[in-house]
Amino acid sequence: MTAPDPQDAIFPHRHLLGIEGLRAGEITRILDLADGYVEQNRRPVKKSTLLDGRTLVNLFFENSTRTRTSFELAGKRLGADVINMSSDGSSVKKGETLIDTAMTLNAMHLDALVVRHADSGAVKLLADKVNCSVINAGDGHHEHPTQALLDALAIRRRVGRLDGLIVAICGDILHSRVARSNIHLLNAMGARVRCVAPPTLLPSQIERLGVEVHHHMKEGLKDADVVMMLRLQTERMSGQYIPSTREYFYFYGLDYEKLEVAKPDAVIMHPGPMNRGVEIDSEVADDLKRSMILDQVELGVAVRMAVLDLLTRERRRAGDTQ
Amino acid sequence: MTGRVAYRNARLLDPATGLDQRGDLLTEGGRIADFGAGLFNGGVPDGIETVDLSGLCLAPGLVDMRVLIGEPGEEEKDTIKSASRAAAAGGITAMALLPNTDPVLDEVAGLEFVARRAREVKLVKVFAYGSATRGTEGKEITEMGLLAHAGAVAFTDGTKTIASAKTMRRALSYAKTFGKLIVQHPEEPSLASGGMMNSGEIATRLGLVGIPREAEIIMIERDLRLVELTGGRLHFAHVTTSESVELIRRAKARGLRVTCDTAPHYFALTEVDVGDYRTYAKVSPPLRGEMDRRAVVEGLADGTIDAIASDHVPQDQDQKRLPFAQAAPGVIGLETLLPLTLELVHKGKLPLLKALACVTVNPAAILDLPLGRIARGAAADLVAFDLDRPWQVDVSAFQSKSKNSPFEDRPVQGRPLRTIVDGRTVWAEG
Repeated sequence: MTAPDPQDAIFPHRHLLGIEGLRAGEITRILDLADGYVEQNRRPVKKSTLLDGRTLVNLFFENSTRTRTSFELAGKRLGADVINMSSDGSSVKKGETLIDTAMTLNAMHLDALVVRHADSGAVKLLADKVNCSVINAGDGHHEHPTQALLDALAIRRRVGRLDGLIVAICGDILHSRVARSNIHLLNAMGARVRCVAPPTLLPSQIERLGVEVHHHMKEGLKDADVVMMLRLQTERMSGQYIPSTREYFYFYGLDYEKLEVAKPDAVIMHPGPMNRGVEIDSEVADDLKRSMILDQVELGVAVRMAVLDLLTRERRRAGDTQ
Repeated sequence: MTGRVAYRNARLLDPATGLDQRGDLLTEGGRIADFGAGLFNGGVPDGIETVDLSGLCLAPGLVDMRVLIGEPGEEEKDTIKSASRAAAAGGITAMALLPNTDPVLDEVAGLEFVARRAREVKLVKVFAYGSATRGTEGKEITEMGLLAHAGAVAFTDGTKTIASAKTMRRALSYAKTFGKLIVQHPEEPSLASGGMMNSGEIATRLGLVGIPREAEIIMIERDLRLVELTGGRLHFAHVTTSESVELIRRAKARGLRVTCDTAPHYFALTEVDVGDYRTYAKVSPPLRGEMDRRAVVEGLADGTIDAIASDHVPQDQDQKRLPFAQAAPGVIGLETLLPLTLELVHKGKLPLLKALACVTVNPAAILDLPLGRIARGAAADLVAFDLDRPWQVDVSAFQSKSKNSPFEDRPVQGRPLRTIVDGRTVWAEG
């Protein structure tokens, strides 16, 4: 695709806290590297020794099987020791503050820390207090950078490019860190981004982030190359942001009828886990020709390997010369 | 005759009368005995202590009408003693405390406690609001008559909005009986709940729940109707939006008995200062955008906004070193009220006397306090300050127990050098 990544080049960021602020070249670099890890992950023996003897901690203050497993696999396939901590078992429940947790972990000499937290900005707060690299695995409604990177990798591998594509992000944009990270990434890479949602599920002045706003699916999906569906958190929705999931599915659920206006070969994405029959019709979700939902899961591991590789380069090189 | 002090070579400033001239001022006991140019042309008589101010400004001490402290209940944040010291160091000679303490100041005993502590500390004058509703729960009105007799300067639920229109109507009507003012934190709670900063692009980028400006505007519109209905007297605390200013401007033109204040952070900062989740910039109501900030400055310039209050809300580190959503709102302000107010003067937005009026005679008049003036027989509550002296905000040197100031390291101009309460110097630099 592009020239192979020079092994000695240092990535100019210690942490990956968000996509906002990354340049197109930096994003491309992660994606190119991830392409290589896709190949590694498809071999019978998937493990390398790149992060041999390094320690990675997954610190999840919010439940997530999918993302945590993906990071765990990524770390293990690079040879790192991976430890999972969740808020249930940690001292966080006992009233320890986030900063105290950070200081405690820092004293353990980690190489990388993957953090998910329910509050926007919490991962940055933690990153400011530790010496290791921090990867944001989702903070509040703010960002989920590795999700946007894996989405971009999936599109690039299927469609061949990001530049000039029309991408419709549909559903609960208001509460979605996935949407925000994708908006920043796709804009940086030259795609045209649309947000399609009822006004109650759109944050204030979202258009200032460089997106077109649509309230009707058929307008928003018209000629789209990519349709990204977002998960509706049904438990907090009914009667608050939307009257019912039934009404939501009728107007905003993705089915073949609404998809008709998109490009004939438009691909469908979803960060998972899906609410079948709420934001997406089962038939569409399972359509192997168009749905990239399982590709996204596969590529997630490769993207996270690429990120771990890049962020630890400076540290590894410093280690080599000691 | 004991306790006479002559302040010589001052630039005498009295916003109430427009006085701005070089001269001297004589205090006798706790009162201003005389002042004017050439007061001591024949020399200062024996037995009078002389303070040469060498051209410094001498103005009425500042009256800060909105101060929250932790006593009783959260003494680790600020006590009446630490806040009094901070006030004195900031040139403030009188402050009015919000009733949001633990317990809430909704009983005579609470007000008596504050008064007793203030007497013991004996630095600046400490007044207190009574809560407008029991427990600031917004349901039942308090014993306003008894509380007024015990010294409540006005009634407010402080940092909480009197949300129910029915309760507000009754509070305005009932307080009128005793000639008392109601002070409202104008923010419709159902629109603001869960919000962390001003609604808009920055909140959207940061993934923070926004509070729309309309939450404030709607409450002001509603309350103006209730003032019209009841004939009561209402003061809006910390207005922050251009529409708020415009609504109050029009209400005043119609003759309604309304006043309002703002706080320095609403004319010195904007939502941009939230930056990368700076919890020190988390305040209630939230910092707004640049157009609103300018409208607040215009409101001060044309007199729509009557007063500037520090809106001092101390929070300790534990309540600020948290994810933005969890951090408590509020900034300390006693020691930055004067320099930030003077910033408007140095930037040419407000004439000096007008700016001083906003922190002296105007808030005093709103609270019916005979303070904030240089007049013969008036309380000798004064501040001597250097109008031009540049300095940099250094929170570690502040007297307040809490250090939550978003103005750390800000270059400012103008510094209080001596604070006098009832003729007694309660603070002097150096």
